[in-house]
Amino acid sequence: MTGNDVVITGIGLVSSLGEGIENHWNALNAESFSPRLDTTSFAPYSFHPLPEIDWSQQIPKRSDQRQMELWQRLGTYTAGLALDDAGIKANLDLLSRTDMIIAAGGGERDEAVDEDIMAASESRADHDMLLNEKLTTELRPTLFLAQLSNLLAGNISIVHSVTGSSRTFMGEEGAGVTALATAHARIASGQSSITLVGGAFQSTHRSMILGHALGRHLHEGEWRPAWQRGDAPGGGMVPGSGGAFLVLESVDSAKSRGARIHARLSHVLAGRTRSSDPDRAASLNRLVDRAFTGAKETLVISAASGTPQSIETERAAIASHPASRVRAMSTAVGHLQEAQFPFAVALAALAVAKGSAYPPLDDSEPAITGTTDEAMAIIAGHITGEGVATVKVFD
Amino acid sequence: MPQHRDHLGRPIVAVTGIGMVTPLGVGKTENWAALTSGKSGIKRITRFPVDLLNTTISGMVDFLPSSTKGASALTHELAEMAAAEAIGEARISGDFDGPLFLAAPPVEIDWHDRFALYAAGTEGAGYDRILSAARGLNDSVIEETTLFAAIADKLADRFGISGLPVTLSTACASGATAIQLGVEAIRRGETDRALSIGADGSATAEALIRFSLLSALSTQNALPERASKPFSKDRDGFVLAEGAAALVLESLDSAIARGATVLGIIKGCGEKADDFHRTRSKPDASPAIAAVNAALGDAGMSADAIDYVNAHGTSTPENDKMEHLSLSTVFGERMKTIPISSNKSMIGHTLSAAGAIEAAFSLLTMREGVIPPTINYDNPDPNIELDVVPNIKRSADIATVLSNSFGFGGQNACLVMAREAV
Repeated sequence: MTGNDVVITGIGLVSSLGEGIENHWNALNAESFSPRLDTTSFAPYSFHPLPEIDWSQQIPKRSDQRQMELWQRLGTYTAGLALDDAGIKANLDLLSRTDMIIAAGGGERDEAVDEDIMAASESRADHDMLLNEKLTTELRPTLFLAQLSNLLAGNISIVHSVTGSSRTFMGEEGAGVTALATAHARIASGQSSITLVGGAFQSTHRSMILGHALGRHLHEGEWRPAWQRGDAPGGGMVPGSGGAFLVLESVDSAKSRGARIHARLSHVLAGRTRSSDPDRAASLNRLVDRAFTGAKETLVISAASGTPQSIETERAAIASHPASRVRAMSTAVGHLQEAQFPFAVALAALAVAKGSAYPPLDDSEPAITGTTDEAMAIIAGHITGEGVATVKVFD
Repeated sequence: MPQHRDHLGRPIVAVTGIGMVTPLGVGKTENWAALTSGKSGIKRITRFPVDLLNTTISGMVDFLPSSTKGASALTHELAEMAAAEAIGEARISGDFDGPLFLAAPPVEIDWHDRFALYAAGTEGAGYDRILSAARGLNDSVIEETTLFAAIADKLADRFGISGLPVTLSTACASGATAIQLGVEAIRRGETDRALSIGADGSATAEALIRFSLLSALSTQNALPERASKPFSKDRDGFVLAEGAAALVLESLDSAIARGATVLGIIKGCGEKADDFHRTRSKPDASPAIAAVNAALGDAGMSADAIDYVNAHGTSTPENDKMEHLSLSTVFGERMKTIPISSNKSMIGHTLSAAGAIEAAFSLLTMREGVIPPTINYDNPDPNIELDVVPNIKRSADIATVLSNSFGFGGQNACLVMAREAV
């Protein structure tokens, strides 16, 4: 649907590389890039840990901080960075009209209570009774709210006064794709004029690791760049903790308030390959073809999780576009699940705003010369869902 | 350019298929008969032991093959049954060929699987043991219950959904949000039809205990069918329930072109987030008021044009008070005489499914010319002056309905529906 042009006026980023767009730009442009890793806490798996964060910078009230576990704090914090970057943090009138679409996973369980129940289960057979005994006495009432997916959005409303609307999408990487695609389509068609969109991922919670461990998706042993994990032990995924939020706006809205525009968000396309169809690369490639016509060399941020299938799907899709120059985001910050695609789009927009691409993250990635006025982000989810977005310089 | 356009020039969105499962039964015929005869679906809990629990009643769906197989499996079965009925009624064969918006609960690994993993492990204790067991098992069946996209993914294959489905949660407003997303996609001209589903089969012991710890549930266990009593003075909480509803949404142009039966029109959708508190609504009800007004504005209608309100009506002390305040602010004195009823008095609160189930019942209310009652209304709350259609159904010519959905986390979503396009 054609209509209003959609622009990116705010970006909030947190990852193992630090917080904020300048820190990310500097880290990714360092002389020789090396990732920050935690290889011991959950061995044989490794992770990209969070940086030191002073939560009070974005969540001033201690009472609010206490109401959230780490995932919600991280998301609320990163959303605040995006609102700051857009220059609307104190604009209560605009915030009351700002829509919100959050890509969310689950919250954090009380691991101590869970482990107490597991330990007790060894010596008795009446497990259902055990649950009633333990859960009625040991669960903290407010923890339920820290676990609910839509309460990240709820906390953003409370802490940052974003109250136009509040929608939470779930479903791993695809949630980040559909959140961005829906926000883009709503603004392009005039259903919204400004939307906060993004997500966060807290990778060091063991119930989160459990799902990936069951599917054998996690890389094991010594760390390697994302493109080089095909024959490594384990499943290729190195999770990262972090978040990415974007403020999307119609050009009219941005101009009327004199906003600084990072980039134009030209396309956001979401797709899914039927389980009976083995060729996910062809499906992803159809999306690329619709969004991308560039003949000159173009920065492509690959958001592949690192699993062999996601890597091969994205590699094959890119291969049919010889002008693409790819950077694997998960080499730098790991796999951020729901926040993965918003993070990739943010990196693409940042490069366009700066007018230059990132240097290669490993030896297999080609160098890019010349200015960057267009960039693309692509993703093939580790289980399902494909997405493509293109950003262009705004002039 | 669409032929049938609304007051803003957008395609008019019709409903051409409805499906549902609730504690009252399977399918809209069985459900409508039970609902209009004032039958309650609330029973004593038998799925798990209730020793030590303050609440021992619920509206669980206990009659399906997946009813004992965990929240993920049951939510999937409920969604699939409702969708199959809706698509069948819409007479769409082959691929559905439109997007899917699924409102579903954020479910976690079932405790029975967690116990099984723990028992299968040998190294260490707690989560370390579970993780070591998981590494050896490579159990994609349990893994799937940790993936929020899994249910929609299977539904997409089964029904031939186009594009990447959206799974969403806006807490107890989720079902209404799923419908709103479908309406918006059709209005944007992206698609001629959309499938919106609200489904919830997550009434586990842990879910019940969590809501209980927040003092949200009724503890009037003695007579289960009497516990849910919206707008009554002695209401003391909602009754946890399960169910699903699916709507086939379609542009009126498309419905007419293929000769489909139009079951009703989604005229307007409104939403507004509340930043007051994680579980409580702003005392002046301004976000709920804004959501109702946004839905009316989107529908291009004034408050005078609403014939009936399908209440959120959870039977919690706070919701019913806040909902009354918001409605009497929007509708003024007339609110005392507009019929309003709560389906939750009979089926309980189906959480993620509620908005979709209540939209489906709202459409049937208009089509059948019968308002389902609010049962258990024997002791009116004197501070809530409403015509709740007490205890017995009422025949009425209803052309327009407002359906409210409010949820934890500041979620407020309202739908305005009409019997006919104009």
